[in-house]
Amino acid sequence: MKAIVTVMLKPGVLDPQGKAIAHALGTLGFAGVNDVRAGKVIELELTETDPVRARAQAEDMARKLLANTVIESFRVQVDG
Amino acid sequence: MKAGIILFPGINRERDMAIALENSAGVKPRMIWHKETDLGDLDLVVIPGGFSFGDYLRCGAMAAQSPIMAAVRAHAARGAYILGVCNGFQILTEAGLLPGALLRNASLRFLSMDCHLRVERANTVFTTRYQQGQTFRAVMAHGDGNYFADDATLDRLEGEGRVAFRYATATGEISPEVNLNGSARSIAGIYSDNLRVLGMMPHPEDLVDPLMGGIDGKPLFDALAAA
Repeated sequence: MKAIVTVMLKPGVLDPQGKAIAHALGTLGFAGVNDVRAGKVIELELTETDPVRARAQAEDMARKLLANTVIESFRVQVDG
Repeated sequence: MKAGIILFPGINRERDMAIALENSAGVKPRMIWHKETDLGDLDLVVIPGGFSFGDYLRCGAMAAQSPIMAAVRAHAARGAYILGVCNGFQILTEAGLLPGALLRNASLRFLSMDCHLRVERANTVFTTRYQQGQTFRAVMAHGDGNYFADDATLDRLEGEGRVAFRYATATGEISPEVNLNGSARSIAGIYSDNLRVLGMMPHPEDLVDPLMGGIDGKPLFDALAAA
């Protein structure tokens, strides 16, 4: 079963990478981009077949390694 | 002072650190591979700079999970000394041995240049050979040195006297112009609550011999050697 962990910087944590992307989009002529935040997507192929347990595993992995909860938040999506 | 240096794949500043430690203490530090699990009776553990595990995921994230880190935690718990420089500072925050995190430099640029650090307190085991409020020259070489912690943590660090060094002008003034990586409150280094763990981004080991262009970092190693 696949679990997808999305890791983003918490609101209020400066995201210079997002700022640089926003700037580049403006340079390319894309108007109306108010803000850009850049994060990471991590796909996990799990042996677990129960979606509830798969989610719990992925959340545990996110807390212990995939995200640094001092600066990042995460969300887990489980695909059957 | 028995010192050891932890080696992770991708660490590249261990020899400079070994020179600095031997230069002051007169004995070679023990080199410790990250798969080892025993630190013996070392007084000081140093985590040097570099790019452990290629900075994958986050700087220091992989190294913080290495086998040796359980021994480093035990070393900290018994009140022994730890110095983390650059990637070593990042690893100490990722391991939870120091609060906060190091973010991408606000400028997004890799900074490779000299800076000046202001000594915020001269009465820890690391700083007795400096004067409080003096500045010394150190070398920055990092892409992710932007110190971040929430306001409550920053207030606690300040209140408990745990800010070790701040980026400053040569004469000790704090300003955004010399806080090039964007660190919160210009913080370049912090201590643990028992003042025995120091993490700092710039490299004191780069200036310990006149041949290197200066000896501004030597007092830190002299102080440790005498502790």
